[in-house]
Amino acid sequence: MIVRILGEGQLEVAEAELDTLNELDRRVEAAIEAQDEAAFSAALAALLDGVRRSGSPVPVDSLEDSDLILPPSDATIDEVRHLLEGDGLIPG
Amino acid sequence: MSMMKRISTIFRAKANSALDKAEDPRETLDYSYQRQLEMLTKVRRGVADVATSRKRIELQRNQLQSQSDKLTEQAQKAISVSREDLAREALTRKSALTGQIADLDAQHSQLQGEEEKLTLAAQRLQAKVESFRTRKETIKATYTAAEAQTRIGEAFSGISEEMGDVGMAVQRAEDKTQQMQARAGAIDELIASGALDDASSVNRGDDISRELEAMSSQSDVEAELAALKGSSPQAIDAASETPVIEDTPSGTEAPPQENGRQA
Repeated sequence: MIVRILGEGQLEVAEAELDTLNELDRRVEAAIEAQDEAAFSAALAALLDGVRRSGSPVPVDSLEDSDLILPPSDATIDEVRHLLEGDGLIPG
Repeated sequence: MSMMKRISTIFRAKANSALDKAEDPRETLDYSYQRQLEMLTKVRRGVADVATSRKRIELQRNQLQSQSDKLTEQAQKAISVSREDLAREALTRKSALTGQIADLDAQHSQLQGEEEKLTLAAQRLQAKVESFRTRKETIKATYTAAEAQTRIGEAFSGISEEMGDVGMAVQRAEDKTQQMQARAGAIDELIASGALDDASSVNRGDDISRELEAMSSQSDVEAELAALKGSSPQAIDAASETPVIEDTPSGTEAPPQENGRQA
């Protein structure tokens, strides 16, 4: 599957990693729910690291869309909230 | 649904809504390509804007650094003439500048990071736009409107996602740059208003400089005076052994007298 980290690009990640990534994703969501900015930054960093570690870069000229999209590494809780509401996205 | 799945769904929905508007999907290819080129221009302009801000911060940093260096020199000078009070004042002012310099350094490295990120984003988009252009020509030449639908959808969603990503990156970089511009503007105003000049001006004399200059010009005069006093009797002795009437003349008058005797 293809995973995009916003601001960094796309990575090809093995399907077998999905459970691990979902678990890391749940921690990010819990931190957003709790409005805990410190826990959020840590959880997001762990999730992105997990993707970077297990993934390999997709060729830059590929036109495939991603199965999963992750927020940029320096995102705040508010930014992710906006992202989930679909704000500020430019349809191409 | 997980956060990462929800975000990708939102991106896809945006792509689809843009695609659904056109009657003949092939028309959207050229339109989309134009938008991609515009985005490419936008992200390159973004890189240039961030670079401009970075250079401005470099300039300010250098200004503050030279002021700080000058204060160090002043402190050394003050110590050499045993004016610890002046040295302390100079060092106190220097420590205020050191904080600002560290702040500018942090902003500088942040902007450098943004610049690198945007440069890479521009390269990625460029590669995808090029790939899309090739695909677009093939689709237009080969398929009927009905057949084209699926192919276009495939090419479209990938580039649309990239556009959304790059668009966000440019927006975020702009926001960050704007915040820093405001702070840089405040420092420029501070420099222009002379508030920092008082602490340490490069061109105009500040109070510490004035005092040190006053002291040093005074000590220059004393040193020259002492040198003249020391050298004039010897000069006179060397000129002749003839008994000198009255006592030694003042230093400044010595050379004409010397010449007079030799002539």
